[in-house]
Amino acid sequence: MTLLTAIFAAVVCTVIWYKSESARELKVGILCWMFWGASAMWLVDAIFEYAELHAEYFAPAAEDMLNDLFLGLSVVALALVIWIVVLLVKDPKGVVKSALSKRKA
Amino acid sequence: MACFLVPAAEAVVATIATKAIEKKEAAALTAPASEKSLEMPEKLPFSRKLKWLTNLLWGGSILLAFEHVWHGEVVPWFPFLTAAGDPADAAEMLREMGTVGVSMALLITAVWLVMLGVSKAVEKRPEMPQPDPSVK
Repeated sequence: MTLLTAIFAAVVCTVIWYKSESARELKVGILCWMFWGASAMWLVDAIFEYAELHAEYFAPAAEDMLNDLFLGLSVVALALVIWIVVLLVKDPKGVVKSALSKRKA
Repeated sequence: MACFLVPAAEAVVATIATKAIEKKEAAALTAPASEKSLEMPEKLPFSRKLKWLTNLLWGGSILLAFEHVWHGEVVPWFPFLTAAGDPADAAEMLREMGTVGVSMALLITAVWLVMLGVSKAVEKRPEMPQPDPSVK
């Protein structure tokens, strides 16, 4: 479930990055890298787990699935927070800078 | 248990390599014109391509580290990895790092190599002719 959540997040972010010039300006690419990197790593994890559990891997307990979904959503939230922090620090549109200079004036 | 440490270690090495190559490329750009080749190819510098690898490795490692914190395998106090406290668990952790962790690093590197191949093919592709704005 965590792998699925990360893959869906990666695909959505990549489509947004590809389609929108302003999304690229807002550094949505950071999210793409994070989600694709994590997806690839969790895929390896899933392959090793499948080698151990075989068909049982595809029939997880409802409680495990819910916990994994909760983890997946938390991972998405963490990635979004990292993206926002990078965006505000890099400030590609100069919004933070102008807000701070207005306050000083 | 701590499989994300292998790609994280690769990320550190790749980041250092990226910084070194960036410096070299910057030095090559500021070199006198006679030292440069006359025909500058229109392609991405290698440091930029290496950054794709570091981005994938860092991004994945950070999110996986969070997963390990979630499962209580990484803690904010010494020795930081719960498995490191017990010799049997430590051996299992090292075995997992050697199998799952190394496979993760290899897959990410393989994906990056595919990306390099695709970018090379795209760079070789002739540019699409721009449509004439006067023709409607």
